Amino acid sequence: MIWLTWRQFRLQAVVVLTAVLLIGFVLLLTGPGLLHSYQVNKSSFLDQLEFQQWNKRLYIVGLVALYAAPPVIGAFWGAPLIARELEAGTHRLVWTQSISRRKWLLTKLGLTGAAAVVATGLLSLAVSRWSDPVDDAVAAGQSGSFVPRLWPSVFAARGIVPIGYTAFAFALGVAIGLLVRRSLVGVAITLAVVIAVQIFTPMVLRPHLITPAKASAVVTTENMRGLQIQGSPTSPLVKGLEVELGRPGDWKLSDQTVNAAGKVQKSLPAWFGACAPPPPGAEDSKEPRQSLDACFQRLASEGYRQQISYVPANRFWDLQWRETGVFVALAFLLAGFSFWRIRRDLT
Amino acid sequence: MNTVLQAQGLGKKYGRRWALSDCTLDVPAGRVVGLVGPNGAGKSTLLHLAVGMLTPTSGSITVLGEAAGTSQRAKVGFVAQDTPTYNRMSVADHLRLGARLNPGWDESIATKRIERLGLDLKQRAGRLSGGQRAQLALTLGISKRPELLVLDEPVAALDPLARREFLQDLMEAVAEQELSVVLSSHLVSDVERSCDFLIVLVDSRVQVSGEIETLLATHYRISGPRRDEKSLPSAQHVISASHTDRQSTLVIRTEQPILDPAWTVSRLSLEDLVLAYMGRTSAPEQNNHRPVLEVQR
Repeated sequence: MIWLTWRQFRLQAVVVLTAVLLIGFVLLLTGPGLLHSYQVNKSSFLDQLEFQQWNKRLYIVGLVALYAAPPVIGAFWGAPLIARELEAGTHRLVWTQSISRRKWLLTKLGLTGAAAVVATGLLSLAVSRWSDPVDDAVAAGQSGSFVPRLWPSVFAARGIVPIGYTAFAFALGVAIGLLVRRSLVGVAITLAVVIAVQIFTPMVLRPHLITPAKASAVVTTENMRGLQIQGSPTSPLVKGLEVELGRPGDWKLSDQTVNAAGKVQKSLPAWFGACAPPPPGAEDSKEPRQSLDACFQRLASEGYRQQISYVPANRFWDLQWRETGVFVALAFLLAGFSFWRIRRDLT
Repeated sequence: MNTVLQAQGLGKKYGRRWALSDCTLDVPAGRVVGLVGPNGAGKSTLLHLAVGMLTPTSGSITVLGEAAGTSQRAKVGFVAQDTPTYNRMSVADHLRLGARLNPGWDESIATKRIERLGLDLKQRAGRLSGGQRAQLALTLGISKRPELLVLDEPVAALDPLARREFLQDLMEAVAEQELSVVLSSHLVSDVERSCDFLIVLVDSRVQVSGEIETLLATHYRISGPRRDEKSLPSAQHVISASHTDRQSTLVIRTEQPILDPAWTVSRLSLEDLVLAYMGRTSAPEQNNHRPVLEVQR
């Protein structure tokens, strides 16, 4: 059965493993150079990186590869695993040999799933290690076009989370293929579902996996990062403010304005509208605007504060383990479903 | 063991439709059984139940003394409808598959057969002709050295020549290995050529089953002046009847000689016999009055 699994899987295996090895090889070659330039000049590392087109591209390649791995493996390794047999009718050939269906599925699912996990694990190891200097520099507060590893766009392309995603995507592909019984349809549905999960997890699931830390701050011109303005240029209404805590590696979940009583405000008081800068292009109104400094001082004296909840940078691995755990558990549930379904009638 | 296949009140339901209902069968060992019936009669369902691809909705089915679909998998060979093979795997790969998945695999049978058939080991199964593919599937089924070989419409997709070759080849293998065989077909001629036991399945019900020789010896076509079929002696079971204004033609089953001189008695061919049973499609109520038709031995 091991031989048969390999015989049916080798083409897909070779395609994906070649891609993984290729990327891994390039990262392994360029990684030491990147690390060296970081160690030599830590403080301006990201500024230097801006001029290294190759390394910037490799950084992107690593991200894309790790986000692509789960949908690709789920769709092209998982979905056809059973669907292809049902489609061609070959399940009637292989399930009437001397081996039981359960053992057949166990071998196929086990070996292919293990290959999926190993491939993604190696890729993630290579990418995470290569990107280590960049992530360190970002966490140390250097500014540039890179974001902290705890942020949604990077988090699932580091550490062990990609392994969880891949295990989930693979088991999902197998189960969907078993349900729709068509390879191509299974591939399409799996791709769509896995990509949707990748998009929605950071918004819907991830914030609930960990208790966020809380902080509150009085807004000043120094820590203000932005404000959200609504309404006409003549009577603008400021909907919200954003501040920075001076902790560059954190992942901010929410940033709300509360009044003196601690109640969350939907918008800032009406007078604050006069502090808002005019929209780009429009000329300043007749009356001179108040200075932002004065506005913020009045805001502070009236008791308004920003209340912030965030995930601190040092909880990165906590969150990694939890999210991986969730997806590995889902993978086992889906695999269990496939075992249950395959015992029932399929002709 | 004298029974290879035994069914008790066996039924299989798909959604609301019964694909097979109230099937009671007893097939002795060492026979080549022909399962005939029109398309959609439930032949595939019955065979799939026998090899454990399906589980019964009601009743039970026993194969080689054990419930179907359990550990006797190794003792039952199955050649599925349209003889599926892996298109992208070579003939040699298929033999390897058989060897890896069957503890009782007999490599010498397999290689001898492939040699005799003139199949190229490196050829991909997807490139084989329909007849060659069927032969490859049969080789897989036979080389695991089963006690029972089940074939689901193995020749339906083949041209007449390939059909004849396949069946001949099957019969040779049966003679060599002392197999019991159940093979389904919607053509009586296939069965006539190769089988010695017949099961007729119509509208999800078994209409008749028994040794072909016995069946032929106990069925008659009688014709004579028009008369009501109910007036026949109770030992004569009417299978089909057709009446014109003056004449009645009946197909009857009886173990006793037909004494009434008014009848012109003639023997039936196997085809006529099967057709007579196939005509009885709307027979459930009638069946309830009489016990399931079975030939006494």
